[in-house]
Amino acid sequence: MTRRARYEAQQRKRSLMIAATSTLAVVACIVIFVPMTPGWEKVQRSFFNGAVLADTFPKLLDAFKINLMIFSWSAPAIAILGLLIALARDAKSPALFPLRIFGATFTDVFRGVPVILTVYLIGFGIPGLGLPRPWNSPYIWGSLALILTYSAYVAEIFRSGIDSVHQSQRSAALSLGLSERQVMRDVVLPQAIRNVVPSQMNMLIALQKDVSLLSFIGPVEIFRQAGVFKSLTANFTPYVGAAIIFLIVTIPATRYADYLMAKQMRDRS
Amino acid sequence: MAKLSLRGVVKQFGANTVCDGIDLDVDEGEMVCLIGASGAGKSTLLRCINLLEAVEDGEIFLDGEDIAEPGLNPQAVRARIGMVFQSFNLFPHMTALENAMLAPRRVHGRSKADLVDEVEDLFKRFGLADRMQNYPDQLSGGQQQRVAIIRALAMRPEVMLFDEITSALDPQLVGEVLDVLLMLKQQGMTMVLATHEMGFARHAADKVCFLKDGKIIEEGPPEALFDAPEREETKAFLARALK
Amino acid sequence: MAKTLSLAAMTLALTTSAAFAAGHCAADKTLTEGKLTIATGNPAYYPWVLDDAPESGEGFEAAVAYAVAGEMGFAAEDVVWVRSSFDEAIQPGAKNFDVNIQQYSISAARDEIVDFSMPYYTAPMAVLVSPNATDTEPTLDALRDLKWGAMGSTTAVPKLANVIQPTSDPLLYGDNADVNAAMSANQIDAALFDLPTALFLSAVMIEGSKVIGQFAPDASDNPDQFGMLMEEGNPLKSCVDDALVALTESGELAAIEATWLQDTTGVPLIDF
Repeated sequence: MTRRARYEAQQRKRSLMIAATSTLAVVACIVIFVPMTPGWEKVQRSFFNGAVLADTFPKLLDAFKINLMIFSWSAPAIAILGLLIALARDAKSPALFPLRIFGATFTDVFRGVPVILTVYLIGFGIPGLGLPRPWNSPYIWGSLALILTYSAYVAEIFRSGIDSVHQSQRSAALSLGLSERQVMRDVVLPQAIRNVVPSQMNMLIALQKDVSLLSFIGPVEIFRQAGVFKSLTANFTPYVGAAIIFLIVTIPATRYADYLMAKQMRDRS
Repeated sequence: MAKLSLRGVVKQFGANTVCDGIDLDVDEGEMVCLIGASGAGKSTLLRCINLLEAVEDGEIFLDGEDIAEPGLNPQAVRARIGMVFQSFNLFPHMTALENAMLAPRRVHGRSKADLVDEVEDLFKRFGLADRMQNYPDQLSGGQQQRVAIIRALAMRPEVMLFDEITSALDPQLVGEVLDVLLMLKQQGMTMVLATHEMGFARHAADKVCFLKDGKIIEEGPPEALFDAPEREETKAFLARALK
Repeated sequence: MAKTLSLAAMTLALTTSAAFAAGHCAADKTLTEGKLTIATGNPAYYPWVLDDAPESGEGFEAAVAYAVAGEMGFAAEDVVWVRSSFDEAIQPGAKNFDVNIQQYSISAARDEIVDFSMPYYTAPMAVLVSPNATDTEPTLDALRDLKWGAMGSTTAVPKLANVIQPTSDPLLYGDNADVNAAMSANQIDAALFDLPTALFLSAVMIEGSKVIGQFAPDASDNPDQFGMLMEEGNPLKSCVDDALVALTESGELAAIEATWLQDTTGVPLIDF
């Protein structure tokens, strides 16, 4: 071990000790003082009720499958539609001008309206026009509401990705005789998509949570199931259970997105 | 008839005239070097020749056909004229081999199988046979620039344009790239270079043009232009450049 | 004689205002001394409260609330109305109401977290069907194949699962209006409500819908009984209960029900 290495090892050990001590102190404060508050017992019974949790958790997990199902078909649709909208907004040919207007209007409208409103309007509104079953299913139209809203955001991220590809890449590709369309498909898009993967990961995480908004129009996914249990038991613990399930999924996903983000920063510097 | 002829080419960016009525003839198999200070219009002139920039006025003849005609589809022209850039501009998401095969596949509609021997041959000739499967960020600057040249050559261009292709390289890597140019000259490639490498220009060029403020001030064989420049501007530039 | 009169006057005085200090049941037990704060839903629906205006005393629950308040010794002007959601009603911590009346079904699980009064109404569950399904037979077999909906916050959810056992998963909603929207969009054929709500929805909200059957309240082990909700351990509970007992014995509660809730005898019973 070199002199420098010895010194650094010592420093690391020291900061580790400090971090551990301060963390322990904070946790101890919470564990000791929160239960001393006058309302703690009631809060514990209402939010952290072991018996209620044990009773409802398996059924909440079951309901979470609905979330995963809705997510599994919405996410690919969002990726495709988002990309198409992004391309429509960058369309240069005058014949495609209506497409550009459409793309711009689309992103403005769906980014501007709260998701829950879109879910209500599309989820109840379109089936109300008189579609036959099963085409009036809230799963279909609720998912469409999510897809439209998220596509608007995802499209903007794709656009920023397209803009992030340096002009010289286009020049090089054009100089080889490629058409504008080929340049976009073979040269710009692959790089653009790679550049925005971390941001899109964050959109996926947000989508995973917003799938629960479909509960407002009928599907009994985890949030509604937790609400039912809450009503029956007059206890909020099922919501805590649902939160735990969400965290089990989203924390690793968030960490992974952060990792990708950090990696990208490193690669660029 | 010259392979490539420019007549009165004008290029403006807003109020700024970057090429101000340029005449130039490049014969088949000739190597022409454009020299001059940064901002003299060398790079823009090259970009005009392969239509990356639309010219305001003047004509550019390739085999006698005016390719500066407004409204002409530039793709077919660019497929015949190769260009290599100062900053390499390799596609970072493709291997060296994929970089070189993309355009012939897309533009000429050739299959990978049909192409692979021919392109591999180029890599071998330029000493990069063992680098074909590498991605650009795994290659040195000199290697990347050589891949960029191979990429352009894979289109079997009739004319090659080189835009200060050694300027971004470490000095010890410049030689390997210039060697490639000499090989191409030997094979009879028609080439136009914008360059700061005065030694190379003097040694290898058939004709040297000195540009200032968007005009060709003086042109001639290298010995004449370097050893006995006629114009004061040329003398002043060379005095600074060769110092 | 004069003496007797003054005594009577004193007694009267005691029962109106001063009585509170002198050992009246609700004394010192309400949020604001001398006032009874009652919460109801936001909005409150017909036929429980008319026109979302409980102050009028019109509608079944509004009338019950004033009757109970009167029985406890509060004048009508001493009743203060507030609004609360279900979540506000069950959250731990101080409440902004003394009692909360909005069709809360009494259950053992809920009783662990909050207190309920004696029941003031026993609600039969009833089946409301969409205009497309009005010819459905009121039998469990026929009902089972319908596409079901219910309000997620009511005891209709377990009843649906345990008694009707539909063949496809029911859809659940947060609000009557949403059930209505789903029925209009033909996303559900039937919904389970307490009978008065079902009758109201069919008559007023969802054109062409129909209440095709009810489950007799006493036919199940756990009939839906509505109670007034109070904070767990609220000392007011015994006063409220006493008032409800008195109202039941005097027949006043039955009279209120007859006034405000539709005659429910026309709806056929569903056997199960």
